[in-house]
Amino acid sequence: MIEVKKLVKRFGLKTVLRGLDFQVQEGEFVALLGPNGAGKTTFLRILASLSRPSMGAIRIAGYNLPGQASAVRRRLGVVSHLPLLYGDLTAEENLRFYGRMYDVPGLGARIDEVLEMVGLSARRRDLVRTFSRGMQQRLAIGRAILHDPDVLLFDEPHTGLDQDACDMLDTLLREVAARGRTVVMTSHDLARVEDLASRFDVLSRGVISASESRSGLGGKNLLDFYRKALAG
Amino acid sequence: MDRPQTTNRRPLSVAHRPSSGYLKAILAIAWKDLAAELRSRELLSAMLVFALLVILIFNFALELDVAARKAVTSGVLWVTFAFAGTLGLNRSMAIEKDRGCLDGLLLAPVDRSAIYFGKMISNLAFMFIVEAIILPAYSVLYTTNLFNPGLIGVILLGSVGYVAVGTLLSSMAVQTRTRDVLLPILLFPVIVPVLVAAVKASSGILQGLALAEIMPQVSLLIVYDVIFIAVSFMVFDYVVEE
Amino acid sequence: MGSQPRALKILNIISAVLLVGAFTMAMWYAPVEKVMGAVQKVFYFHVATAWVGMLGFLAAAVAGIAYLRTHDMKWDIVEVAAVEISLVFFLITIVLGSIWARPIWGTYWTWEPRLTTAAILEMIYIACLLLRQSLDDPDRRARFSAVYTLVGSVSVPITFLSIRFFRTIHPVVIGSGEGTKMGMTPEMMATMFVSIAVFSVIFMTLFWHRIRLGQMAEKVEQARLKAMQ
Repeated sequence: MIEVKKLVKRFGLKTVLRGLDFQVQEGEFVALLGPNGAGKTTFLRILASLSRPSMGAIRIAGYNLPGQASAVRRRLGVVSHLPLLYGDLTAEENLRFYGRMYDVPGLGARIDEVLEMVGLSARRRDLVRTFSRGMQQRLAIGRAILHDPDVLLFDEPHTGLDQDACDMLDTLLREVAARGRTVVMTSHDLARVEDLASRFDVLSRGVISASESRSGLGGKNLLDFYRKALAG
Repeated sequence: MDRPQTTNRRPLSVAHRPSSGYLKAILAIAWKDLAAELRSRELLSAMLVFALLVILIFNFALELDVAARKAVTSGVLWVTFAFAGTLGLNRSMAIEKDRGCLDGLLLAPVDRSAIYFGKMISNLAFMFIVEAIILPAYSVLYTTNLFNPGLIGVILLGSVGYVAVGTLLSSMAVQTRTRDVLLPILLFPVIVPVLVAAVKASSGILQGLALAEIMPQVSLLIVYDVIFIAVSFMVFDYVVEE
Repeated sequence: MGSQPRALKILNIISAVLLVGAFTMAMWYAPVEKVMGAVQKVFYFHVATAWVGMLGFLAAAVAGIAYLRTHDMKWDIVEVAAVEISLVFFLITIVLGSIWARPIWGTYWTWEPRLTTAAILEMIYIACLLLRQSLDDPDRRARFSAVYTLVGSVSVPITFLSIRFFRTIHPVVIGSGEGTKMGMTPEMMATMFVSIAVFSVIFMTLFWHRIRLGQMAEKVEQARLKAMQ
């Protein structure tokens, strides 16, 4: 589903990603781990087509980036730590806006469906400005799945959420992933991802330094795996 | 079933053709800005209050008798529009940048220029609303009759040129450190032709000149509008993509 | 990157010599103009810097477009160099114009089309430099700078035309250039062309220096980043 070969990203004279290789099969839930500043967000932004690679080849859902970016975007849903929602519009209006931007057919019914799924049907006519951070994140996920994408990218979605909100988010994430979608999620919180992901990759020093599936980890501690990957 | 409220009602079977998606996106963005603004009214009230203040300041700064005032009317109007306009342009883009919503727009599977046109249309709408209120206000305050279709036409043309470049430049300014301060610095040298032509044409109309006599200025405005919409639209990609 | 390449050193000397030569020519070879007197000689350098400045402006616009197409940083360095040097050249043009204007028209400044356009052009240059200053990311800085230069270069000709045709309150002053050109003796023409040529050479020299400066700055930045890692 996602194929990245020798990805290089430079900002001016600084090289953040150095020939990164990355592959994800359909239906996998990959947790992308790594220290601050390692380039996780940069990498995710490139996958999301928001940033151009300096060098390298990327294929998502059968289309190339950046050449066929539009086709890729149609199949991508992105949730970052910023909600990407308009505070002065209601939940429903936000979804309607994005629905139009993605040209989603049968929009009305789809909005109802999504609001139901993220548990915000009761607040559909409320301004997003009045939502708690947790609710905003849930609506953001709704926005991301509105057009039924094949691939979901999450950039530190638990940021700023309290325990309850995190739990609600996790339930939603599981549900969303259960529908056979491919998910890549960056995170700091090892404990969180341990239960969610089917695979763990570590991004360190500009490349993927380690990758292990959940079954491959076996009984081993995720933290040990992570530390070892950073050291090595 | 709730149908999207676009003015472009096409049957579902052609809903996925690129051209309809493009137009839909433009209208969606414009609608979104207007709907949000209708709720908060932050942008419009700021622009309006500022514009009224500018007009008042002119009254005190230029102590003119009735005859002299007539001569400066078009100048005062355009200065007002130019300054109030920067407020609107800045605010409109800041909304996108601050909550990361610009990324939301960039993630959509439409050509980037749709974002440009959508924002341009909403910026233009805001300017028109402000102008529509300032004209009567000025008329009342200075007992001049500004309800003149020719004048309104010139104001429309001038505003289009202003907003065409303004939308592009505000997209750049909003991504810099000095943001609000930078936009007027970037914008004003570049829209001088609009000011020159529009003020002259406006004066001409207020003095009762025939259309034929102000045609050169109007032509320049039209040429400027066309050129800069084209240039801005072509170059917009480079300003928003990373 | 060591010291200046030999060609540049030679160019430095040639520029200096040519400048002195052009000055001499303007002062002593070209005849004193009948109507305006000695101050008219300012005119040679005034026009020369204006012409060369305009070429610099074009160079900046072209370099900007080149960057947008290739994303090669060297075009950005070229563009900044062109903008900065053009800025200075036009400043000289304006100042010399003022010096000339005072005794002739009795005023340091007049809102005639070319002078006004030159002033607006300076504002666009300064705006461009301010824009660059407020951006940290080198790629974004280069892109925005290129875009603004392009927008500016499209608007300046239109600006000139609009002022020329529509600002009739301050008419184009006769004798502001066309008039004197008409009554020019061959010696004056020669001096004029030589001045333009000399200033072109000076521009090239400064341009080369500035580009080298840009390249050195980039190397320093690279070294700094390496040291930090």
